[in-house]
Amino acid sequence: MAACTPRTHEPLFRDTLREGGINQYFFDMANIREHCSWVHSKQAEEATQKAKDIVRMSVARTVGLEPLQEFDLPMTKVALVVGGGLAGMTCALSIANQGFEVHLLERDKELGGMARRLRTTLDGLDVQGFLRDLVRQVYRHPAVHVAHGATITDVSGYVGSFATTVRYEAGLKVIEHGVTVLATGADEHRPTEHLYGEHDRVMTQLELEARLADGDDGVAASSSLVMIQCVGCRTQERTYCARVCCSQAVKNALTLKQRSPDMNVYVLFRDMRTYGYREDAYRKAADRGVVFVRFEQGGEPQVEPQAGGDGLSVSVMDPILGARLLLEADHVVLSAAVVPSAGSQELARLFKVSSNPDGFFQEAHVKLRPVDFAADGVFLCGINHYPKHIPEALSQAHGAAGRAVSLLAQDTVTASGSVCEGREQACVSCGACITACAYGAISFHDTPVGKKAVVNPVLCKGDGLCCAKCPTDAIRLKHFTNEEVLDQIDAALAGP
Amino acid sequence: MCTGRVDLSFIFHAFRKGADGVIIGGCWPGECHYVTEGNYDALGNLHLARKLLGLVGVDPERIRLEWIAASEGSRFAEVMSDFVSTVDGLGPLGLPGAEDLDRRLEAAERVIPFLKLVEREKLRVPERSEAAYNELFASEEVDRLFRDLVAEKLLTSQILALLRLGPRAAGEIAESLGLSPAEVSAGLGASSRQGLVTYDVERSCYALA
Repeated sequence: MAACTPRTHEPLFRDTLREGGINQYFFDMANIREHCSWVHSKQAEEATQKAKDIVRMSVARTVGLEPLQEFDLPMTKVALVVGGGLAGMTCALSIANQGFEVHLLERDKELGGMARRLRTTLDGLDVQGFLRDLVRQVYRHPAVHVAHGATITDVSGYVGSFATTVRYEAGLKVIEHGVTVLATGADEHRPTEHLYGEHDRVMTQLELEARLADGDDGVAASSSLVMIQCVGCRTQERTYCARVCCSQAVKNALTLKQRSPDMNVYVLFRDMRTYGYREDAYRKAADRGVVFVRFEQGGEPQVEPQAGGDGLSVSVMDPILGARLLLEADHVVLSAAVVPSAGSQELARLFKVSSNPDGFFQEAHVKLRPVDFAADGVFLCGINHYPKHIPEALSQAHGAAGRAVSLLAQDTVTASGSVCEGREQACVSCGACITACAYGAISFHDTPVGKKAVVNPVLCKGDGLCCAKCPTDAIRLKHFTNEEVLDQIDAALAGP
Repeated sequence: MCTGRVDLSFIFHAFRKGADGVIIGGCWPGECHYVTEGNYDALGNLHLARKLLGLVGVDPERIRLEWIAASEGSRFAEVMSDFVSTVDGLGPLGLPGAEDLDRRLEAAERVIPFLKLVEREKLRVPERSEAAYNELFASEEVDRLFRDLVAEKLLTSQILALLRLGPRAAGEIAESLGLSPAEVSAGLGASSRQGLVTYDVERSCYALA
């Protein structure tokens, strides 16, 4: 098939073959869209030549294709949700409400995660009320089993039959489950700059929010308060934008202005990202007299204790005025970055899922598989993925629940036929393939002629690293065999 | 299929079939969508391929490994254009003397299984980082390993490739391979001991055993 993108169309054509009684692995698709027409739209003649090359390579490969057998794996109809914050609880409830058992693991003694520190949303909704209601639903649901103080010590198995060892308050247990959702949340960065931790009038946005909600009038009675954005992010060390802190700052600034309309509230920012309708709140804050002052990277504000006072002096280079502003502040509030939670890397290792360079979990495909990990049967939701507002985290939690249930609802799952297989006669027992396999899919088994490598097809992901390491071609990746690749190379270089 | 699946034999096969250059595109280190990080294996293979190409007289610049993410279309175009200009600068591979080149590449192809064993036993990279891979393969130790182990194997392989065309006298072999009589004599001695070649006293030349 020489046509459109295999990404969306290959499964369709494979299904059609299956329905027609033909093994789907007899199919190959020449991607003359992304690999050719789209990138060479202005070079029609050469593009046609290249399309012919691509088709010829595809044909060459097709000659060697073999019918392959897929595997049906049994599905344990139980879900494991790791993380009992808003996203984890919402996901667990959604799965349970669709009729499946869920184990919900929480590292702390209480459910709630980051939401326990949030009091209101930008729209003025009551986060704690929502949280209390959600927690009650979780505890009352007969199909949701909560473990507190839980840490995962070991994970084995694969989609359909995971076995996860959990140490929790009541001891150690092994949970058998078919799917996993990671909703492990994130932490607020603990700033090391701007006198945080050294001066008692420097706090983070979450700390300010708590003080305002708990009726601490010391802050609200200030005559001047300075907020500093992008603390600990969009730097050399942490290049990403933490997304939620601009709205968080505007939310707290509006609360302050409501309590004390005469207070001078300054927001020192690099770029305001109150995206979507949150922009309205930004305008409202400006209308109410909140002063937004831009600064540039390299011109970060300097915070010093006020000479002869209890407050602080903040100086910042305003690139529009081209002058340095000096602001006297009773309090300084830092919009600290959202950072991946401690332990998420260990979890990534245990479940064999990937993280991006910032340490947040990485989905299999940003558009086509947004809540799946590349590892089968493992899904993600919430701010372990990237910093999100509550509604975004909740939507994603429902999405992850939907993907999890789509597997749980089946009695079996199908594993790809494109996996490796060992050829005993050729194996020289060097063990190179075993070292190469990150999935532990290859092991030695004893035969009358010595140890030989065998592949467990259920664990194999078909990356083929083992094949490139094997000195005797004793291991082959089905559907991408050496012969098929070499035939393609021949066809590519054969010319028209 | 991962970048690390690109077998050394694919690379040498492509050169033997007339490719003037081979480029391998891989995911950026640290951005593996799985947990395998096979792009480091690809980096290891690149170094091995370059060293082996150097030993058979092919410019190692003819093979390149570049990190290009799926979203980096413009980078892909730049990298490809740059590589094409590099290869254009080097000119077509193996002209004149294409027949000889193919024999050398064939000899190289045949030592790949041995090279994989050497890699397993002697070339363990201490950590999965670009720096560690580049450092190891730039080390004097690895150069010595190639001189001592791989080069000898390659000489044998080249001699065998030549003898496959028919029996040859030692002098002829030395001339064909562009080597000194002493080097060829050492290679023939080793090959005879291993039972790979025999000496035909009557015709005073060497042949495949």
